[in-house]
Amino acid sequence: MDIHEYQAKALLADFGMPIAKGGIAYSPEQAAYRAKELGGEKWVVKAQVHSGARGKAGGIKVCESEHEVMEAANALLGRRLVTNQTGPGGKLIGRLYIEEATDIQREIYVAFLLDRSSERIMCVTSSSGGMDIEEVAATDPDSIVRVSIEPAVGMQDFQAREIAFALGMEAGQLAEAVKALKACYRAFRDLDATMVEVNPLVVTGDGRLLALDAKMAFDDNALFRRPQISELRDKSQEDPREMAAADRGLSYVGLEGNIGCIINGAGLAMATLDMIKHVGGEPANFLDIGGGASPERVAKAFNLVLSDQGVSAILVNIFAGINRCDWVAEGVIQAMEKFDVAVPVVVRLSGTNVEQGREILANSDIDLITADTLAEAAEKAVAAAAAHEATLAG
Amino acid sequence: MSIHLDENTRVIVQGYTGRIGTFHAQEMIDYGTNVVGGVTPGKGGERHLERPVYNTVKDAVRETGADASIVFVPPPFAADAIMEAADAGIRYCVCVTDGIPAQDMMRVKRYMRRYRREERMTLTGPNCAGTISPGKAMMGIMPGHIYMAGNVGLIGRSGTLGYEAASQMKARNIGISTSVGIGGDPINGSAFRDHLEHFEQDPDTRLVVMIGEIGGPQEAEAAAFARDHMSKPVLGYIAGLTAPKGRTMGHAGAVVTTAGESAAEKVEILRAAGVGIIVRPSEFGQAVEEALANL
Repeated sequence: MDIHEYQAKALLADFGMPIAKGGIAYSPEQAAYRAKELGGEKWVVKAQVHSGARGKAGGIKVCESEHEVMEAANALLGRRLVTNQTGPGGKLIGRLYIEEATDIQREIYVAFLLDRSSERIMCVTSSSGGMDIEEVAATDPDSIVRVSIEPAVGMQDFQAREIAFALGMEAGQLAEAVKALKACYRAFRDLDATMVEVNPLVVTGDGRLLALDAKMAFDDNALFRRPQISELRDKSQEDPREMAAADRGLSYVGLEGNIGCIINGAGLAMATLDMIKHVGGEPANFLDIGGGASPERVAKAFNLVLSDQGVSAILVNIFAGINRCDWVAEGVIQAMEKFDVAVPVVVRLSGTNVEQGREILANSDIDLITADTLAEAAEKAVAAAAAHEATLAG
Repeated sequence: MSIHLDENTRVIVQGYTGRIGTFHAQEMIDYGTNVVGGVTPGKGGERHLERPVYNTVKDAVRETGADASIVFVPPPFAADAIMEAADAGIRYCVCVTDGIPAQDMMRVKRYMRRYRREERMTLTGPNCAGTISPGKAMMGIMPGHIYMAGNVGLIGRSGTLGYEAASQMKARNIGISTSVGIGGDPINGSAFRDHLEHFEQDPDTRLVVMIGEIGGPQEAEAAAFARDHMSKPVLGYIAGLTAPKGRTMGHAGAVVTTAGESAAEKVEILRAAGVGIIVRPSEFGQAVEEALANL
């Protein structure tokens, strides 16, 4: 789960990370009021969307009067911000963070992540802050310092000091740097994060450290014990179809193609999408309805896939393991009777009681195409989608 | 022969009396697995599925001589259950539970390092379908009848895709020595590499198929191991060609975050290490048949 910049900053501040003064605004008037409240003569109006690279996309504006703040807020609120991470649809700007402007002397990159290779939390830093880490890795790889943290004892002061010296901190900034790094680590550990990124962590004109931007992501599997994090969820930042799927216990990822997919199991789902691609088609979605493939889940899956206007054919691929194909076949027929399915549907069943399952499909009055193998299913779905689109075109 | 598990393995079930534990314990018993009892804290002394229930894994090991355990404990308590098994002297543990927090697994892995390597429990999963040595024993949730006994070792992250591969092989009369599910989580008990090592030692395994997917370094590590230490041929398939970067594809661990984690990159890494590539998921059976014919 992702959260907004201002939420991440508040969480990190609780653990001792210094942040600039700021406030949240949902309207231009409120934005101007925040600026007045903060005082000073320069503010930054920042669009709060779940994406990096907001600055380049025009989501961050520096303002020098309350009037400018109001105008910037007016221009941003309600718009969809398209960054290189959001996809073409962009993300809705529903709230803004108004922050006092910071006098920046230098920018540093700091991140903590779950390193799957060492199976530990890893701290990744670079003295080249402000740009994304892939860019740093490409242009200035020697500036990247990685430190792996032993889970039994946590991050030690000496590790934080080593990082601080590698980042070129002066002696007077050392204590503050250690405190900032350990704040990130503790927040990561105590809140079950999967990523904490402070980019940039800045040294201000007067030599202080400050988190200028912050991003946190959390382990969905740990949300049961982090209710304070679950509360930070902003549903306006999520794809409505993916959200609907998640709320129904299904796992859905929207893609660009025209073949809707309903499959049980994540690996088989990915493989079925691969198969569609190999025979020249493009999947419209990834959808794992779970190992069991109960009739309720099959029905929910049809509902979800049919809500995608780009779908020209549906491919159902179920491997019945502990359940039975005859039961799955009944479920597919029930779902197709319930929803008025206007696109061709290809069904491939395998596993337990496959003969009975195929017989039920063959004897039903419902118009569907059956396939015995994975390759056949993908080929038939691609052909059916093309035929359906040709019919629509006239 | 087989690896990890056979008809003599004495298996206990953690989370034995729960709904899911009960269902799958019965399936395992029906398959012929030597299930000697189970553990549910607070229900020690009762009998369930005609077998004894114990309060702790230590009790179960002492009373039954169990050397393997399968964990059906819910996510908040599963890491604890795995560590209990490791401490009680269990040799082989399968954790089926899906949804364990990643930092819990990080701590489990750290905890297990307190035991000397030769005494350390082998953990597979979490979030896996289990392990089966066809015709001998099954520790997991898979449909036993789709696996035929034979000489091919199978290692995979996914349940249903593993079933697909096994049934394609069965359709061509090709059997399996042992199939090991390592699970779809970002931090798992053991990796492809660990099981390649066992299959290399197993006299009845002639060839190994590994079914990987996007995300994580384990397929690349296995490729290096296969190149440097395997005399037996290894075939590989990587699922997730169409996965967009940064999106989690069903499995918590199936997400491309850094270089080398995409399906296309992993395929190249495997190919460069001399692993035979199964290009299409419809070709598991055919590819294995051809590779066996060349032995």
